Amino acid sequence: MSEREKQPTPQGGDILAELEAEVAHELEEHRPPAGGPAYQVVPTLVALAIGVTGAVLSYGYGLGTGRRPGAGLWPFVISVMIIALSLILLVVGRKLQDSERFTRTSLLVLVGAASLVALAAMLPTLGFEVPALLLCALWLKVLGGESWRSTVLVSVGTVAAFYLLFLYGLRLPLPHLF
Amino acid sequence: MEAFLDGFAVVSEPQNLLYCLIGVLIGMLIGVLPGLGPSATMAILLPIVINVDPVAAIIMLAGIYYGAQYGGTITSVLLRIPGEASSVVTVFDGFAMAKQGKAGTALGIAAIGSFVGATISIVALSLTAPLVAGWALDFGPPEYATLALLGVLLIATIGSGHPVKALIAATIGLLLATVGRDSFTNAQRFTFDSLQLAEGLDFVVVAMGLFGVGEILYNLEERYGKPHVPAAVSNIWPSRKDLKQSSGAIGRGSVIGFFLGVLPGGGAVMASLAAYATEKRISKTPERFGRGAVEGVAAPETANNAAATSSFIPLLTLGIPANASMAMLFAALLVLGVRPGPQLLEERPDLFWGVVNSMYIGNLLLLILSIPLVGVFVRILRVRPAILAPITALITVLGAYSLNNSTFDVFVMIAFGIVGYLMKKTGFEPGPMVLAFVLGAILEDSVRRSLLIFDGDPTGFATRPISGTILAIFVLVAVLPIVAGVRRHRRTSGPTPDSEHDREESLP
Repeated sequence: MSEREKQPTPQGGDILAELEAEVAHELEEHRPPAGGPAYQVVPTLVALAIGVTGAVLSYGYGLGTGRRPGAGLWPFVISVMIIALSLILLVVGRKLQDSERFTRTSLLVLVGAASLVALAAMLPTLGFEVPALLLCALWLKVLGGESWRSTVLVSVGTVAAFYLLFLYGLRLPLPHLF
Repeated sequence: MEAFLDGFAVVSEPQNLLYCLIGVLIGMLIGVLPGLGPSATMAILLPIVINVDPVAAIIMLAGIYYGAQYGGTITSVLLRIPGEASSVVTVFDGFAMAKQGKAGTALGIAAIGSFVGATISIVALSLTAPLVAGWALDFGPPEYATLALLGVLLIATIGSGHPVKALIAATIGLLLATVGRDSFTNAQRFTFDSLQLAEGLDFVVVAMGLFGVGEILYNLEERYGKPHVPAAVSNIWPSRKDLKQSSGAIGRGSVIGFFLGVLPGGGAVMASLAAYATEKRISKTPERFGRGAVEGVAAPETANNAAATSSFIPLLTLGIPANASMAMLFAALLVLGVRPGPQLLEERPDLFWGVVNSMYIGNLLLLILSIPLVGVFVRILRVRPAILAPITALITVLGAYSLNNSTFDVFVMIAFGIVGYLMKKTGFEPGPMVLAFVLGAILEDSVRRSLLIFDGDPTGFATRPISGTILAIFVLVAVLPIVAGVRRHRRTSGPTPDSEHDREESLP
């Protein structure tokens, strides 16, 4: 972007620009294929919706005047900025290649997130030991594809270590059965 | 001076030394292991750290940050996988050296360069930070407002990713910061009559979600699968010839790193790029670069550590975090009841000098860890990421729960984790959002206070000398990329003859 300003000599600018292209390429190699225009348009529309909702709600909170700013003035200004930026992105960002396509493995993320919610829901009533053990087993065996042997060893080891570390070492107030 | 020496007394307390060691060890570990970056790790550990003494907690979190810079080098050299964005350039010559059987030398030079760069940077920090803080003590709300605005803008435009996307993420972060009771009028904003939202979103929970859970979920999909087989490492100690060859690169890298690190945004990334480019430019044999030139490892590694160190300056003196990891330190300080800013040096000299001076010790520890003990860390590379995933997930959930014994907090965190994951998938960086969220309350507060001072006239920002200057820089930073973009667009769209010969070469 601004490297040309910083590097007045033409040769110097070249090396840095070349280097940046190489770095970008290097990072690219580790990334899955990019998604299509829908991957750009949908999130931008979500941002736009957030901006519009924010603007409408904060208008309702009262804008006030510059001398006596209302509760809604600041969030209203921010929301208008979100709307403006989203509209810009809608125009310029259609063909960007910086997204990643969802694949079948994306389902693992869904399972992972759901298991975290379940852990949190069970925590207050069941204590942390059993849910933690179940979460470890699920993540190791199903999501991670580990063998049963390492699943059992790591799960039990982790829960035991956390028991000692959190309850005795750091004295965190965690609900526990034992 | 006395406070500076007292700082060493603070560091040498056994508890603080221990936390410094734990911090740099964790930093080194996460730098070596793929997956979690330093800001995610710091976010995940926030709930645990707040039970510790503030000075020890900040020393440890700082250690994680600069420790990760050392660890990232190891994977760059041995596996061609940069642990951190700031280690990407190290891959070129580092991996080439490893293929020639000189992995040990590359790691050794990188460790020595990192140590020298960081140490020079700490000395410079110790000398300049009090000056900056003293100067900033007179800052009023208008100066803070413009400074925070500039910080958010710089993070968005300099950092990786599309600048408009980063700005959208940042502005949504600012909007999220307004959720809850308005401190001026007591009105409820965006709470939807929820009692739990009335107090606003807890930034620890939001940061843990966007950084921590977001990265954990993202990594689940990656499925690293096969364990990595690193190149063999022998003979870490660089020869006298290697040292002599890279001494210039280390010196220049330190200076470049220090100055670029102070800038908000990708300080360490930019510094490593600039240092590498400088070495290649002034080298008599530039063709060696990319084929295993030892300067090509020394320069970026020195620079990124120097930059990592100097990026503490804006946080400790102005209260403006320069990057995502600094935003986590900022959050930690707030949770611990310490307001970061120019008054920090006067109000909490023990904390200021304790943290700054702990970096001398920390870097010494890292030098020891990364030269004689490098073999241990190389072996850690064989640990499969699948084994670490549930452990980090558990730390995150249990930590978030323990904050307020609230399941609601955990649900909010997971929700933000899913948002963070989706952002990563669609090319939005969560960094600017977290940073803007953390700065949001201060920004709004300062803007509204300023408006009161100016009697409702927003031009007041431009007429005060310091805030006016900052505002001018703000406009410059905002407009320059647009101008450059338009110029580039004109160049590519029309066959206009160019006077500068390099332009043709840079055309796609």
